Amino acid sequence: MEAYFSSKPLIAVLVPLLAAVLIMLSGRRPNIRELWTILGSVAMFGVVFSMLPDVLGSKYPESVLFAVSPGISLALRADTAGIIFGLSASALWIVTSIFSIGYMRSLFEKKQTRYYACFAVCLSSAMGIAFAANLLTFVIFYEMLTIATYPLVIHKESPEAIQAGRKYLAYLLTGGVVLIIATALTYKYTGALDFSPGGFLNGVAGQYNLLPLFVLFLIGLGMKAALIPLHSWLPTAMIAPTPVSALLHAVAVVKAGVFGFVRVIGFVFGPTLFHEIGAGSVLAIMASITIVVSSLLAMYQHNLKRRLAYSTVVHLGYILLGIALLSPGAWVGGLVHIANHAAMKITLFFCAGAIYVKTHCENIDDLDGIGKQMPITMGAFALVSIGLVGMPPVNGFISKWFLGQGTLAVEQGIYLVILLLSGLLNAGYLFPIVRRAFFVQSSKYTKFAETSTLLLAPLVLTALGSLFLGLVPNGIFHFYSLASNVATSVLAGVGR
Amino acid sequence: MAQLPAIIPVSLLLSAFVAFLVGTFRRSLVYPITLLGIVTALVAAVIGLIRVLQDGAQHYYFGGWPPPLGIEYVLDHLSGFMAVLVMFIALLSVIYSRRSFLQEVPEKIVPLYSLISLMLAGLTGIILTGDLFNLYVFLEIASLAAYAVMAIGNDKAPVAVIRYIIMGTIGACFYLLGVGFIYFATGSLNMGDVARILPSIYGSRLIVVAVTFIVIGMALKMALFPLHIWLPDVYTYSPSAVIALIAPIMTKVGAYVLIRMLVSVFLPNYLTSVLPVTLIIGWLAAVGIVAMSVMAIAQKDFRRMLAYSSVAQICYVALGIGLANSFGLIGALLHVLNHAFMKCCLFQISGGVRYRTGLWQIPQFAGLGRHMRWTMGAFTVAAISMVGIPPACGFFSKWYLVLGCIDAGNWVFAVVVVASSLLNAVYFFRVLEKVYMVSPNNDSIVTTASDPPGEMLAPMLILASGIIILGVVNAVIVAQILEPVVFSAF
Repeated sequence: MEAYFSSKPLIAVLVPLLAAVLIMLSGRRPNIRELWTILGSVAMFGVVFSMLPDVLGSKYPESVLFAVSPGISLALRADTAGIIFGLSASALWIVTSIFSIGYMRSLFEKKQTRYYACFAVCLSSAMGIAFAANLLTFVIFYEMLTIATYPLVIHKESPEAIQAGRKYLAYLLTGGVVLIIATALTYKYTGALDFSPGGFLNGVAGQYNLLPLFVLFLIGLGMKAALIPLHSWLPTAMIAPTPVSALLHAVAVVKAGVFGFVRVIGFVFGPTLFHEIGAGSVLAIMASITIVVSSLLAMYQHNLKRRLAYSTVVHLGYILLGIALLSPGAWVGGLVHIANHAAMKITLFFCAGAIYVKTHCENIDDLDGIGKQMPITMGAFALVSIGLVGMPPVNGFISKWFLGQGTLAVEQGIYLVILLLSGLLNAGYLFPIVRRAFFVQSSKYTKFAETSTLLLAPLVLTALGSLFLGLVPNGIFHFYSLASNVATSVLAGVGR
Repeated sequence: MAQLPAIIPVSLLLSAFVAFLVGTFRRSLVYPITLLGIVTALVAAVIGLIRVLQDGAQHYYFGGWPPPLGIEYVLDHLSGFMAVLVMFIALLSVIYSRRSFLQEVPEKIVPLYSLISLMLAGLTGIILTGDLFNLYVFLEIASLAAYAVMAIGNDKAPVAVIRYIIMGTIGACFYLLGVGFIYFATGSLNMGDVARILPSIYGSRLIVVAVTFIVIGMALKMALFPLHIWLPDVYTYSPSAVIALIAPIMTKVGAYVLIRMLVSVFLPNYLTSVLPVTLIIGWLAAVGIVAMSVMAIAQKDFRRMLAYSSVAQICYVALGIGLANSFGLIGALLHVLNHAFMKCCLFQISGGVRYRTGLWQIPQFAGLGRHMRWTMGAFTVAAISMVGIPPACGFFSKWYLVLGCIDAGNWVFAVVVVASSLLNAVYFFRVLEKVYMVSPNNDSIVTTASDPPGEMLAPMLILASGIIILGVVNAVIVAQILEPVVFSAF
């Protein structure tokens, strides 16, 4: 591993901020405003994607800026782990922007300028989280993400939305301050905060009891990662406009929490220490509980978006389980699932949004026979559901395959059982929707009337993307190579 | 330029008298004269701070008498930092105040401005003097001027100020008595000299009494919980521009004196272990942070909410002092700076809203977000900083304080610091919800409101951008200015 100076990671963070400023300045001219969103997303993706070849060659672009606290710089480095998160978020921002334009205009939403500007700030923070080279930089962007998402959650400005916003802040700000304490404690123990593969806490393992420190990280990051029992803000936050739920509450915000776990376990504690203090089993058990319980809860949701939210919680649990198991296969599976789940879940939310725009239905009961009216939308929904259940040829299968291998490599068959069981449970809450849409007759939806192209194109694109990543896991984005590089560098020297 | 430390208070003192004399004949000249005095003092303070950073502390002996006989003025990292801060806030507040005074108290401009100059002379004197008794003199100058300025408010202001006068005078008496005991014990009033003599007589009971009295006196002056009871009323009823000036700096100067005692007069070791004053201050502050934040949540009056919030925030500073380690003290000093920016900005916003609408009850703020766009934009930045979200500066004071708490192994304090940022979130987001998300009634005055005039808006926006800039460059301030202060002590 070598790092070289490059301004690209910084540009990736600044481009959306600049876009946010331009969006606010052109609030009175919607077309120009939307142009900035699109340009910003494309430019950001271009910058992130251009770093991919170097990162694959283990040469990491790094922008070290000024110090933010004596001895700790605001430093951004695009390493293999960061670029997985960065690529998925930035690629999906482009499609979400297109979807947002269709969605917000069809519904004549108010305060669109604020909406697009906050969206851009969120993406900027997400890039900061992806590329943060030390824990303090990570925390700074993590907190920014919390606050930038708030105006999006309360976008409707109805009393329920305001309540949801309060709950959102209560959970995530609490998580944020706990994370600050954990960071300060890490600094006190080691005097350093720079992420390094394999961790930097090893040297002080003998001096301090590190399990409480991990518990602090668990609470701080678990809030955003919606780990049960810290998850309940996520279904509530579904009151936000659907594109927000799609990109932020299926990709950027929750994955920031999960990605934080990747950083803390792989780059702060290090796998050996993490296993020794017994944190591995704690996290694995919590993740398993999360998977099973939220799968069951998902079945009882009648609101489509809430059901999808619980499904998100399930899949975040997959990723955490993979990371907690500390075997190369499980890490590859977990990391690849960051990208795979993003592509799949965003499709489902886009479908929910498209249905809402067309029919104003939010509940699953109202979807009987909608497959006749919106066959493409529901076709995409069905295709991706197969992936989330974990069946080939969609990309969900790839993640699950590696996760399954990973459980066996550490001889923890019980987790394999949980994975397979949860596949069935996934089928239990997703397939009934598909069945209702296509196989139940209804007088409500009788003839073909698809939603507008601006809404349809993104969801078709992400559905096909999921299929593509299932057939060619290493295509274009090289997610598999990246994930296995991370697993190799982090887990090097672990004897199992 | 050896007189640099003296130029700062003297130029203000001069402008106070000139403004009054000239103002008696030509009222329109009062404001420019005051501004001139403040700009001179600010420039001198900035030059002074730069010279301190280059060559180390600057000393000036009044009348050429060397200490311990004469009065010494010291411009070092700590006093330079405070002087620049106080004068910068003063400049922005005075620019802001012109339109506000014209609306609220048009006939009292002459005494107001000359008293403000006098108060600032007192505050900078406290900051720069190296003499314990001279400090008392300036403390009284600053306080008396402040009482008078604050009493020029609405009908309730004089009553509120009476309480402040009583409490403040008691505080000053305690301080004076404490200094008296030190003089008995050491025979000197020069801080450096006293610091040299004290270690040999630390066993003396006189010193115990002296420390106790000085700490109580300053706790009253800085409104440390539970000696804060004078503060909320005063901050509520005085003219808004006056509060925008006094709230950010007056109580901070009290905190400054405590820090000065800690780093320059007594050995920190004495105050932490022999006589655990800092521990007591820390615990009072911890209770105060929680109690006052809860009180702030309970307020409907915006100004009163900010007043309680001020008490809570000064407790942050006191908590940092109470930790008595380097990170704690850095956090305290940084918070003096950060909070001055935040509170000045917030009180100016409160004044701006009042200027345009006459409102101060939070429930009536609905719709302000649309009609006072820039003002409420500044409010959002300040509120986010108060909650402690990066990159706003409030995050970094929290960061250093948490580091200090962990260094001291005091988990209760750490929890208090972070929990209070959640309480801040409760009372600031409550206002933000009202401002941005609730539509005003059709007959509400808000619907015809607009941003205040540029003279009032510009200082707010400068402060709001300052909040972000301070957050970004905080490490420079910490490394260049605050670490030398702290490392000289610990």
